[in-house]
Amino acid sequence: MMSMFERKIGRQIGILLVLAAVWGVIDFMIKGGILNPYYELNLILIGINIILAVSLNLINGFNGQFSIGHAGFMAVGAYGAAMITIKAHLPFVIALLVGALLAAICGILVGLPTLRLRGDYLAIATLGFGEIIRGLIVNIDYIGGAYGLSGIPKLANWTWIFWLTVLTVLVIWNFVNSTHGRATISIRENEIAAEAMGINTTKYKVMAFTIGSLFAGLAGGLHAHYFYTIQPNTFNFLKSFDILVMVVLGGQGSITGSIIAAIALTIISASLQKFAALRLVIYALLLIIIMLFRPQGLMGTKEFSLKMFRKKSKDKEGKQHGTAIGQ
Amino acid sequence: MEVFLQQLINGISLGSIYALIALGYTMVYGIVQLINFAHGDVYMVGAYLGFFATAILGWPFLPALLLSMVVCAILGMVIEKLAYTPLRNAPRIAALITAIGVSLFLEYGMMLLVTPQVRTFPQVLPEVQYKLLGNLVITNRQIIILVVTIALMLLLQYIVHKTKIGKAMRAVSHDKQAAQLMGINVNKTISATFAIGSALAAAAGVLVGIYYNAINPLMGIMPGLKAFVAAVLGGIGIIPGAMTGGFLLGIVEAMVSGYGKSLYRDPVAFVILIIILIVKPAGLFGKNVREKV
Repeated sequence: MMSMFERKIGRQIGILLVLAAVWGVIDFMIKGGILNPYYELNLILIGINIILAVSLNLINGFNGQFSIGHAGFMAVGAYGAAMITIKAHLPFVIALLVGALLAAICGILVGLPTLRLRGDYLAIATLGFGEIIRGLIVNIDYIGGAYGLSGIPKLANWTWIFWLTVLTVLVIWNFVNSTHGRATISIRENEIAAEAMGINTTKYKVMAFTIGSLFAGLAGGLHAHYFYTIQPNTFNFLKSFDILVMVVLGGQGSITGSIIAAIALTIISASLQKFAALRLVIYALLLIIIMLFRPQGLMGTKEFSLKMFRKKSKDKEGKQHGTAIGQ
Repeated sequence: MEVFLQQLINGISLGSIYALIALGYTMVYGIVQLINFAHGDVYMVGAYLGFFATAILGWPFLPALLLSMVVCAILGMVIEKLAYTPLRNAPRIAALITAIGVSLFLEYGMMLLVTPQVRTFPQVLPEVQYKLLGNLVITNRQIIILVVTIALMLLLQYIVHKTKIGKAMRAVSHDKQAAQLMGINVNKTISATFAIGSALAAAAGVLVGIYYNAINPLMGIMPGLKAFVAAVLGGIGIIPGAMTGGFLLGIVEAMVSGYGKSLYRDPVAFVILIIILIVKPAGLFGKNVREKV
């Protein structure tokens, strides 16, 4: 047993070293001017999109609740964080924390009443919530109204975004593999059975929703502090759909799937930047085709790992992830 | 009081549009339990067809309305066959995601086709204003919207309650399997439901084009969502519910804009939705059904 534990620690250190190397090399290339600002921008977008996709996956994929209001929580985080740096002149860390916490509080407020609803009703309620948030922001002149908020200091950079993305993935990964995470997944598998097994379904639904919103808020804060200005229309439901496409393409219930999809779709949309309408037509067809031919997405509920390339006989191990209530 | 009555008139016109779209939502939901997100975009396509018929072909109002309704009925059936039929036994979320895909496809496909620019509807019906009770204004367009809406609703009630296909629709929405065992062609019935719903949405599209004079490829998003709110308000799956919900929502919105809070119009509709979902998820006309294990 000890050796297995040691191997695990070894692997984690290995992953950390790889991540640090990736960060270091790219940081060096950005600072040395080898990567031009266009590539840097897309790397930043990839990071933000990974945070958004992975956090939405916790709600939609792992907990099986269907939310399409993720951009609303992102907006709360973005505006919350921006207000802290602009009006209160507090450090960036505090701004990010406040933004994320505000989004999480909104998550609780929205989640408590609406999570009692069944799948498609919940979808509409979250969509409605996203629109309410946007509607309120448009109507509050103090935070810029319909014109948006500008003059936000550019405090976010590659380092911040890279490590916060890593942190998000780490937290959600560990949550999913914890006792609470298993309870969360059991609700997706069969809510009535989960309830019969003594799981407080409301509690876990709200928990997943709150954690998801928290990270959406974090992504919002980063977005605001990288792009100087934020407008209510940035966070409309097209943004929510963008995130949803990532989650669905990657596989609802696969963190690595979301990461792969976020990277791929950010690159695709960057290359189609000039053809905005065409990009969305492609997204739309992608959604329909995935649902018709591979509804589980690229990865299904499996996680990407090097084990996948080893012998097929080890496939049985992979299925452990699927157990409903693991302890 | 005057503002109130004036906004009531405006609200009823707006509500007719919502009611027509909401009928399609509610019928489709009643029969296949799917929120057809693309429904608002069928309404948009209907408006463009009306524009095409009146501005380019130079047709008068009624033939344009009919053309738009027929073409959209076919469009509705095609969407159902290509995108929703293969997923009939899939999880409902899969169908919902597909519907979102179809919606985006119609919006941006249309944008590629006709460019995002706003089109101005030709003046097929020159506006005439009538004065009522002193300063209240009602236009001939508002009257036409109301008349067409009521005529279509009566026609729908006739189809649903007096014809064979209507009987089949009611049977399928009640119990799909039992209906099939009784020899009802379920696929055909579902197709017919999509066709009727889409035709009603198309009619709403043409009416809006005539009422507001301006159309664009993304015009279907908000009315689509709000019509859904209207359908939920009345009790989804219930036809009189959708009519009532549509009119109620239209009136509430007109009141909010009339009393100077026009920017709050959109949020108010969604606040109503969330309140309804929390307080009485079955809607005004609905009965609570317990989920069986």
